[in-house]
Amino acid sequence: MRRAPVLIVLALVALPVFGAGLEAFQFGDKVPEQRFKSLIAELRCLVCQNQSLADSDADLAHDLRQEIYEMMAAGRSDQEIVDFLVQRYGDFVLYKPPVEPRTWAIWYGPFVLLLAGLLILVHTLRQRRRQPPPAFSAEERARLDALLGDGAHEDGKHT
Amino acid sequence: MPAFLRYLTPLLLFLALAGLLYRGLSLDPHRVPSPLIGKPAPAFSLPRLQHADATLSSDDLKGKVSLLNVWATWCVACRAEHPLLVQLARQGVVPIYGLNYKDTRPEAQRWLQRFGNPYLANAFDADGRVGIDWGVYGTPETFVIDKRGVIRFKQIGPLTRDVIDNTLLPLIRRLQEETA
Repeated sequence: MRRAPVLIVLALVALPVFGAGLEAFQFGDKVPEQRFKSLIAELRCLVCQNQSLADSDADLAHDLRQEIYEMMAAGRSDQEIVDFLVQRYGDFVLYKPPVEPRTWAIWYGPFVLLLAGLLILVHTLRQRRRQPPPAFSAEERARLDALLGDGAHEDGKHT
Repeated sequence: MPAFLRYLTPLLLFLALAGLLYRGLSLDPHRVPSPLIGKPAPAFSLPRLQHADATLSSDDLKGKVSLLNVWATWCVACRAEHPLLVQLARQGVVPIYGLNYKDTRPEAQRWLQRFGNPYLANAFDADGRVGIDWGVYGTPETFVIDKRGVIRFKQIGPLTRDVIDNTLLPLIRRLQEETA
């Protein structure tokens, strides 16, 4: 019985094996096959929106993989294939949206935030350095001397 | 930095973030704006559903405002939408064309016999190629096409009474007044 959790985890880990299988596309060579795989991994499925065309088992994803395979077989370039999909479904199909004013926030926003964080960090550190360490009041000094031992401490005599 | 600003800043940041997230709650990520709006309807020429030897092509849509409804018998939401289409067809304000998407002829024909046929004609897109050209990803979808054959509006998902009365019909009336 104690093995049940382990088995459940193993079963979950194995799930992708039963998921969307790539149809048996024949490439005859490693290079176009690799090109096909990286292309469909960069394109988003519109039905299961958080999956790429490579992951999705939706009917439309099957059709689009077929379409892309045929376009590759017809000698179209990656750019032509991507343009074909963008024309029909919009920039939404791209996991890497184009850099344009509308998308500046997502492309540059993280760097702006990082820079702002660095500036705040530097500013805070500088301010901290400029501030002298807090001075002891006479009362605190007396107590400190008492704790350190009957004024015999050399440093204690100086102040 | 004044002290009050130091205390206010986190609050303001929090409010800005909360506002953004709240807005996100009411956005539907399944409504992907179609890049085809304002563009000429993609050309097609397909056999008709009911007369396999006749064709329906994008040229048939020109010269008048029309609707193109993408549907299939396996599509549950299409079943819910269908009575509204039948009703709209009966009003006779706009011709409705159908794109029967990835379906089989016998099933699609049986559907029209059982539930009524609101379509002037249906194109039979068995392999979904024309659907891809039209950027279809979630049936039912309904396109409004103007007199020049330009797509002016796309409804993703089933039409509702509200969409028909408040969006579709006013738009169709406006487009019908445009000169071709």
